[in-house]
Amino acid sequence: MSNVATYSTNGGPYAIEAQDLSIYYGSFRAVKNINLRFPTHKITALIGPSGCGKSTVLRAFNRMNDLIPISRAEGVILFHGKNIYDHDVDPVEIRRRVGMVFQKPNPFPKTIYENVAWGARINGFKGSKTDMDALVEESLRDAAVWDDVKDKLNQSGLSLSGGQQQRLCIARAIATRPEIILMDEPASALDPISTLRIEELIQELKKNYTILIVTHNMQQAARASDYTAFFNMDADRAGYLVEYNQTDELFTSPKNEMTEQYITGRFG
Amino acid sequence: MRESFDRELQRLEAEIIRMGSEVEEHLTQVTAAFVERDAVTARRMIAADEAINERRIQVGLDALTLIATQQPMARDLRLIAAIMEIVGELERIHDYIKGIGKISLNIGPTPVLPTIAAHMPEMAETAREMLHLSLKAFAERDKELALRVPAMDDKVDFLFNHLYADVVAYVMENPLGTTHANSLEWALHNLERSADRTINICEWVVYMVTGVYREMSMGEYESPPAA
Ligand SMILES: Nc1ncnc2c1ncn2[C@@H]1O[C@H](COP(=O)(O)OP(=O)(O)O)[C@@H](O)[C@H]1O
Ligand SMILES: [Mg+2]
Repeated sequence: MSNVATYSTNGGPYAIEAQDLSIYYGSFRAVKNINLRFPTHKITALIGPSGCGKSTVLRAFNRMNDLIPISRAEGVILFHGKNIYDHDVDPVEIRRRVGMVFQKPNPFPKTIYENVAWGARINGFKGSKTDMDALVEESLRDAAVWDDVKDKLNQSGLSLSGGQQQRLCIARAIATRPEIILMDEPASALDPISTLRIEELIQELKKNYTILIVTHNMQQAARASDYTAFFNMDADRAGYLVEYNQTDELFTSPKNEMTEQYITGRFG
Repeated sequence: MRESFDRELQRLEAEIIRMGSEVEEHLTQVTAAFVERDAVTARRMIAADEAINERRIQVGLDALTLIATQQPMARDLRLIAAIMEIVGELERIHDYIKGIGKISLNIGPTPVLPTIAAHMPEMAETAREMLHLSLKAFAERDKELALRVPAMDDKVDFLFNHLYADVVAYVMENPLGTTHANSLEWALHNLERSADRTINICEWVVYMVTGVYREMSMGEYESPPAA
């Protein structure tokens, strides 16, 4: 149905790319003229002060902003050479291939098993029960939560701790075999230990997935990402990209004075 | 004898057109009621279904009486066949309207997902326009028009597919909204099927004019696209 697959260029250096992307809510331009590409199988952190449009940009990459009728994207997001905002692109397909993990762990009020299976099913998985069992196990293993849950797959996903719930949600996202995983402050509702475990997990995940992560936690960005994009808000309140670089570069010798001030905690 | 036959045929034809325009209006109204959470209109749409059912049965019986007493041939026979089939399609479209009304009442006062509120009326308007044109093709014996209407279903399918995707994405973010999402999907599905039914009407118009029945719909969404 989608034409994205036709444009597949497996193993390209960039998994997804924004070109001159602006996003509006009604007449308000929330972010402007973003040019940014995300290296394949790397972790890129999006940082910047609250309200500068990090979530807005992130949600543009799998068209989650479609759910807000007043929102509108200008520019292009290239995925396998195809603009995902083209008329003939199927948003179901995009959201399967560009998965998302949200700020608050949000398992379904269903069993642990069903939480993972549902993600696959709603995105078109049609295998047998045995195939599904295998997919559920593999996804839970990849999300580093298998050992915690293997003996209670029929218990409610809500019975787990916050950190486990978030890893269950990551398993649910993985179960659709995406290429990219978007994470919007995935650890902000978790305690420090759970946060560290999520960060370790993200490092593991990049072997198979390209990861875009929004975080307001500078240490987390510095620790857990390969590349960092720093956004700020302009005088017109529109967010824009100030600086992008390898994370170690950006955090040790930022090129822009604003980046310097932000990462040293002098504003924001 | 012939005169009263022609008069009766005309009367049945006029009844189809009257029923059709009522069904058209109800498509618009039930969708507006759905997105505006207007329970009064939703209830009125549900209640209206009874009368449509009765009128359908009456048209069917009258048509049978005509066949039994007048032995119509050729074009007359095809017109009567078309009348009987089209009235059935109208009745079923109204079942979908009633369905949307019931779903609307089940949802209660909760606002519907904004993307649905924003785009479902456009989907309904396209389905209504399809119904309008298929009945125009019927009234004017316009085969060319009947052949053109089914292409409009692409727009309905497009909107359906996108809204369906949005509902799925909404559930991903809000697992506690599964019940609401289910209701939305049922309502969208009813609307999508209504448009498919108008294609059946076009098929009968083409048959009526040419004597050849040809399937024009693909029946694409007999099950949800991503199930
Ligand atoms: N649904 C919405 N409707 C209108 N404005 C919104 C909506 N979501 C976000 N915004 C606005 O867009 C800007 C960017 O918000 P957001 O992307 O959430 O920033 P961040 O994630 O960096 O905190 C803010 O000014 C916010 O008020
Ligand atoms: Mg945010």
